[in-house]
Amino acid sequence: MNTGIPLEYFLILASVMFFVGIYGFLTRRNLITILMSVELVLNSVNINFLAFNKYLFPDQFQGQFFGLIIIAVAAAEAAVAIAIIINIYRHFTTINVEDVDQMKF
Amino acid sequence: MTFLFYLLAAVAILSALMVVFSRSPINSVIFLIICFLSIAGHYILLNAQFLAVVHIIVYTGAIMVLFLFVIMLLNLNTSNEPHKSQLTRITAVITGGLLLLVLIAATKDAVLIQAKNPADYNIGLVKQIGQTLFKQFLLPFEISSVLFISAMVGAVMLGKKDSKKN
Repeated sequence: MNTGIPLEYFLILASVMFFVGIYGFLTRRNLITILMSVELVLNSVNINFLAFNKYLFPDQFQGQFFGLIIIAVAAAEAAVAIAIIINIYRHFTTINVEDVDQMKF
Repeated sequence: MTFLFYLLAAVAILSALMVVFSRSPINSVIFLIICFLSIAGHYILLNAQFLAVVHIIVYTGAIMVLFLFVIMLLNLNTSNEPHKSQLTRITAVITGGLLLLVLIAATKDAVLIQAKNPADYNIGLVKQIGQTLFKQFLLPFEISSVLFISAMVGAVMLGKKDSKKN
């Protein structure tokens, strides 16, 4: 199907997306955009799993299964994190991470 | 096929950068949806059609709608979010960039892996995935359902108003 594309291209794409996500995670202040950066990181890992599945064991499913599990975990994580964010907003009326400093001393 | 890969990769990386750099959270969500759609295109290129459809349904259908809903609920659609200081940004660029450089250098020197053609191109479709999921990976599949139940209970518990306090 895609015999023309080397495996390295997929790996480089995934690592660039991973570090864009890391950069967003470190520099944004809004909790929701921090969560979106985490989703970017999870997706780049998913691309890696699928690429290795396609290039090493094209007749088996291990990589695709891991991708499916990662999508499920990401959905659960987003639900719980958004519940926490709404609670933080109720308590502090802001979701700026620098203003939420009650556990910092 | 190679052209398609380059197009999808360019769209994915550019929209990921826009997610990180755009000021307003609404714009971030829109660009993240574009990024996820192009990632689904990559999944189809990687012979995982079922996973591409699941990705579109779960991410752009459920998670991003949840994000948009929360942004509207908390009234965050203002574009005046201040970024962190210059020092933090430079530190983040160095932290991310160095490890990225190492990874790219490592993949450049790696042994070339030739793509093998699968015996059956329908390998990523629902039938084969379902059979593998319910035979070979039955235990992790069931454990992930426990994870979902605990996440659901946790989200409801956290989102519930505390009746004792009020």
